[in-house]
Amino acid sequence: MADRDGDSRQRFLPKHNLSLFFLCLSLSLSVSLGGCSEDKRTETKSQRDESAASHPQPAYGDTLVEGSIGDATNLIPMLASDSASHNISGLIINGLVKYDKDVKLVGDLAESWEVSQGGLQITFKLRRGVTWHDGHPFTARDVLFGFQTITNPNTPTAYAEDFRQVKKAAALDDYTFQVVYEKPFAPALTSWGNLVVLPKHLLEGKDIAKSELGRKPVGTGPYRFREWISRDRVILEANPNYFEGRPYIDRYVTRVIPDLATMFLELKAGGLDLMGLTPIQYKRQTGDRFFQQSYHKYRYLANAYTYLGYNLLDPKFKDKRVRQALSYAIDKEEIIKVVLLGLGVAATGPYKPGLWFYNPDVKKYPFNPARALALLKEAGWEDRNGDGILDKDQEPFEFTVMTNEGNPVRQRTAVVIQERLKKIGIRMKIRVIEWSAFINEFIDKKDFEATILGWTTGFEPDQYDIWHSSKTGKKELNFISFKNSEVDELLEKGRRTFDQEERKAIYSRLQEILAEEQPYTFLYVPEALPIVHSRVYGIEPSPLGISYNLHRWYVPQGLQRYDRTELAP
Amino acid sequence: MISYLVRRILTLIPLFFGITLISFAVIHLAPGSPIDVLADLNPKMTAEAKQRLISYYGLDKPLHERYYQWLRRFASLDFGVSFSPDRRPVMDKIRETLPITIVINALSLLLIMLVAIPIGAYSASHPYSAFDKSLTLFVYIGFAIPTFWLALLALILFSVQLEWLPISGFRSLDYARLSLAGKIWDMVSHLILPVLLSAFGGLAGLSRYMRGSMLEVMRQDYITAARSKGLSEREVIYKHALRNALLPVVTILGLSVPGLIGGSVIFEQIFAIPGMGRLFYTGVMSRDYPLVMGILTIGAFLTLLGNLFADISYALVDPRIRKGGKG
Repeated sequence: MADRDGDSRQRFLPKHNLSLFFLCLSLSLSVSLGGCSEDKRTETKSQRDESAASHPQPAYGDTLVEGSIGDATNLIPMLASDSASHNISGLIINGLVKYDKDVKLVGDLAESWEVSQGGLQITFKLRRGVTWHDGHPFTARDVLFGFQTITNPNTPTAYAEDFRQVKKAAALDDYTFQVVYEKPFAPALTSWGNLVVLPKHLLEGKDIAKSELGRKPVGTGPYRFREWISRDRVILEANPNYFEGRPYIDRYVTRVIPDLATMFLELKAGGLDLMGLTPIQYKRQTGDRFFQQSYHKYRYLANAYTYLGYNLLDPKFKDKRVRQALSYAIDKEEIIKVVLLGLGVAATGPYKPGLWFYNPDVKKYPFNPARALALLKEAGWEDRNGDGILDKDQEPFEFTVMTNEGNPVRQRTAVVIQERLKKIGIRMKIRVIEWSAFINEFIDKKDFEATILGWTTGFEPDQYDIWHSSKTGKKELNFISFKNSEVDELLEKGRRTFDQEERKAIYSRLQEILAEEQPYTFLYVPEALPIVHSRVYGIEPSPLGISYNLHRWYVPQGLQRYDRTELAP
Repeated sequence: MISYLVRRILTLIPLFFGITLISFAVIHLAPGSPIDVLADLNPKMTAEAKQRLISYYGLDKPLHERYYQWLRRFASLDFGVSFSPDRRPVMDKIRETLPITIVINALSLLLIMLVAIPIGAYSASHPYSAFDKSLTLFVYIGFAIPTFWLALLALILFSVQLEWLPISGFRSLDYARLSLAGKIWDMVSHLILPVLLSAFGGLAGLSRYMRGSMLEVMRQDYITAARSKGLSEREVIYKHALRNALLPVVTILGLSVPGLIGGSVIFEQIFAIPGMGRLFYTGVMSRDYPLVMGILTIGAFLTLLGNLFADISYALVDPRIRKGGKG
């Protein structure tokens, strides 16, 4: 279930450049942002509300233990690209801005900000009186230092690009930080998360890549670093001086358990309080009395979707009608039922339902083989020689779909699609290739006919890199070679426009075109399935997931399980 | 004896460097590179930024030059710095993980010997008896059952149902607060299942070896001579036959080092033990070249050392080998 590795541990990372859409890597290497749960289907959520009706008194104390399949690599956010590292550093290090419960951008270390000069200039007013975990005061110089570090060519980071758009950055005084952009760049604001805030007094003049801060981070966040035993556990403790108030839970431990089955047994035995479930575990293994009493399950749409992408340079897929026909021939609901055990929804485009830029009124492709056959016939594909396979110019309709090794969900999806296409006379072969070889030898070289892959999405609608015609070069992300001049214009305009309503119109139109063109058959948005011990109160699911307000979670006095730990002031 | 030893050691040196050369070439031939994790399909990664990373990790230099640099560093026992974002010295990572892996493997090897040798010896002294057959069946079951599956069953029984043993890791959460005895029991209880299960899978090989070797010895003239002297069957078997039959068995232990390191990956994965097997696995998956090279080199070194000990012990007991050169 590698696909889920990232998703299952969805946590809102206040920092991340929220427009990131890394491909879901097979090894939980993908950076995943929060999820969505405005949906009312969460049975557990309503149960939760009843049980919380007694509203026990919040209390300090106790320890929460979370399971993670991978160890963190580096706790300086700009240097790490794995979700384990970002999950942990997200509790230690704040950004200038973050998303609130309703996915609205609000201040974190910034109290307020002002966008001026037609979007070219952003001025952040910073919170006063914030201190780093070592007691040193936090100022605008720390932000400037972080900015200089991330744009320094010697810093090995994957996140520099957004910050290279900045022409000038300056700390006007201790609590005012100002940036000026080359040209208006709407996704800019969201990029000022915790990637760029660094303790200058500890890092100045040092090589950040070799700094011990990566192992012993110092931040301003709700939790401060205590201990990291490599490949075993990371222990954080509450920051008593946190500017939003001391977190209730004393200690937060992340245990590394690489095997999902072992992790589940550990949960069952009470060794873990929090983990992400697989669909099987969610549906079939956590329904008994024990689990109902001891745990609460949550489900919300992950920030990711899986698609079947067509190489548009391939003559077979050049015709829009063929792509539409394939979308009609594939039963998305069946895939969700069989592969995800119903824990997901059909995707209609590249955004997940429920976000402000999602357009629900696009052309949809309900399962309809007859319609598929009619469209194929229009496009010249018919079974003329009676062998059961459609043909055109004596060529049978067959193609190979590729996907990466180590992601059984994608492989099973491919099998379900194969069966459906066979029924309308299309022969689809499946080829599963190890990740690196798959990307380097086939995707990057555009040497594929079709592929099943996924994107991790964020809370920022800009997808310039995936759909713009200028991004069809080698090793670029529009590897299916989608070219549409209206889409190009929309993407460019979307980047220049700051007004949310205007942007909404732009991206709604983008989704309409993509739905009509079907460069991908958008398959499904999976759900993240966290489970948390029932002694924990204060969890408020939101489109961001559940962990965004972790510092407000608490365990009432009588239910606490671990001893109090003394915190130094 | 000295000259034999010198000859053996001298042949090991080129062999060792041959191994490092081949390892180096093979891991670099595998598709992908350490920057893929950061760079593959990442929209925030421009070609220029990618190029910077490539030169940051020194991947733009030709392979032979990189091997030469690796050798130069190796000469001062420096395996370089890991490509993982933590940028820690490879040596530190190996030092952290090697002890626990060696402890588990040594214990499991010990257990295998303690169980397999008596089984093999008994089977050989009563060949084709019902007991021999059932023992054979038993060890083959151990060999055939997928260990990860058996491990999960054992976890469900001993850890979830009975709550006798901890499930994963090698220290409890409150380890630091335990008394000394508590700490020792804590460690031991975490090791019981991994050691038992890895030993179970290894019983078949050694016990069969033992049985074969013992049957071979029993056919020798000196056993017949011992019997004809009127020694009891017990004395014949346990004093004369067993000792001789043990020799080839003990020497194969020296050869089992690479298998043990490889097998550790699975156990460390299931039981979440922070050992070298897992370190190696994640290193390979992220193409962390210095780390992979470091572990392969240590593995090669330990294997060659094992071989050398096997040779020496053989030579010590068998004059034909010791004096081989002189005919």
